[in-house]
Amino acid sequence: MSEEEDIILSELPDDELVLQMHDDLYDGLKEEIEEGVHILLGRGWQPYEVLTTALVAGMTIVGKDFRDGILFVPEVLLAANAMKAGMFILKPLLAETGAPQVGKMVIGTVKGDIHDIGKNLVGMMMEGAGFEVIDMGINNPVEGYLEALETEKPDILGMSALLTTTMPYMKVVIDTLVEKGMRDDYIVLVGGAPLNEEFGKAIGADAYCRDAAVAVETAKEFMARKHNQGATT
Amino acid sequence: MTDISDQELAENGLDLSTAKGRILVLACGALAREILAIQKASNLNHMDLTCLPANYHLYPDKIPAAVEEAVVKHQTNYDVIFVAYADCGTGGLLQSKCDELGVKMIAGPHCYSFFEGNDVFAQKADDEFTCFYLTDFLVRQFDAFIWKPMGLDRHPDLRDMYFGNYTKLIYQAQTNDPALDAKAEDCAARLGLAYERRFTGYGDLETVLRAEA
Repeated sequence: MSEEEDIILSELPDDELVLQMHDDLYDGLKEEIEEGVHILLGRGWQPYEVLTTALVAGMTIVGKDFRDGILFVPEVLLAANAMKAGMFILKPLLAETGAPQVGKMVIGTVKGDIHDIGKNLVGMMMEGAGFEVIDMGINNPVEGYLEALETEKPDILGMSALLTTTMPYMKVVIDTLVEKGMRDDYIVLVGGAPLNEEFGKAIGADAYCRDAAVAVETAKEFMARKHNQGATT
Repeated sequence: MTDISDQELAENGLDLSTAKGRILVLACGALAREILAIQKASNLNHMDLTCLPANYHLYPDKIPAAVEEAVVKHQTNYDVIFVAYADCGTGGLLQSKCDELGVKMIAGPHCYSFFEGNDVFAQKADDEFTCFYLTDFLVRQFDAFIWKPMGLDRHPDLRDMYFGNYTKLIYQAQTNDPALDAKAEDCAARLGLAYERRFTGYGDLETVLRAEA
């Protein structure tokens, strides 16, 4: 029996349990994460504290190691599944306890594209960072984006594409926003494997985000700027 | 060519440059067999071939720099260097690099498109965007290029996260090989997708190589 199998989560003090949860998240251990979340809640932790200290902090380590080429997509997906299981427990509690709301984002994969792994990771990390996320799913035409923007009135529009053939559609959406005089109402963030900084600038997005962690940091920066502008005008 | 393994093409590429030809085709290792077949059938004897590792397919961000390095290495020995890559997930960066180097490349987004013919592939895009494509090379190398890098050998439960939005696997056959057809059908079953075999031959790859020659 390995040393790991001897660990009984409920017997660990809070600080060690949180570190163990970071390890379990890194290893994609869904059931252990669910157990850890329940234990911390049972010890009187606020849902938002569990989310940020145990889950988001752990997933941030996963994100960094992915960026540095230490972890690869399958491991990130397993970690994301584990985090998702933890968030599933916390979400209704977060709604009840009034967790801080950083901003609101509408996110979707563009028309003609069915890839959603990156988008789902971004959505999950944004939620973890305190954003309300409206996920439009895959294969979204410009009309779908416009409708979601009008209905949801978000701060941020996120668009994702995995294909060289579908990424130009992001420009169609942004150009339509410009035509309708709506472009400056939203922070537009774009991402996806074939995209790059240059492309983001060329199509008129506010920023290209290379991964989920960058998307969260970028979204926070833009929200802070927005609030500062609001304070000075 | 028969003694070159797919694994060799995937990991190391292939260098058949002699510095004696007039034209050098700088290609993805996944196209080596197809280009040699076209070369043989069309008697393109003044054309040499060198290939970068096919596994750059998994890391497209490596392609522009690797192409640049190879062009610089070979440019003094050839009148013309032709890059046998399409965009291949580089988001336009390979085209920019080729423009900067003054070399031509294949038009289109990827090999699935130019094997089918870029125009035909584009026309079908609205109906087939839920399809997953394999070529001869990728059928032979399915485990090395799809199954293992996606972690499906270790975590088969991830399959639907990757492929849940897909409906069908289309095997774009460059050659008529019943064994590859059977293997492709098995690949579709492993991914939980419907199956279609579509003979494409070499498509735009053949047209463009003959034009460059």
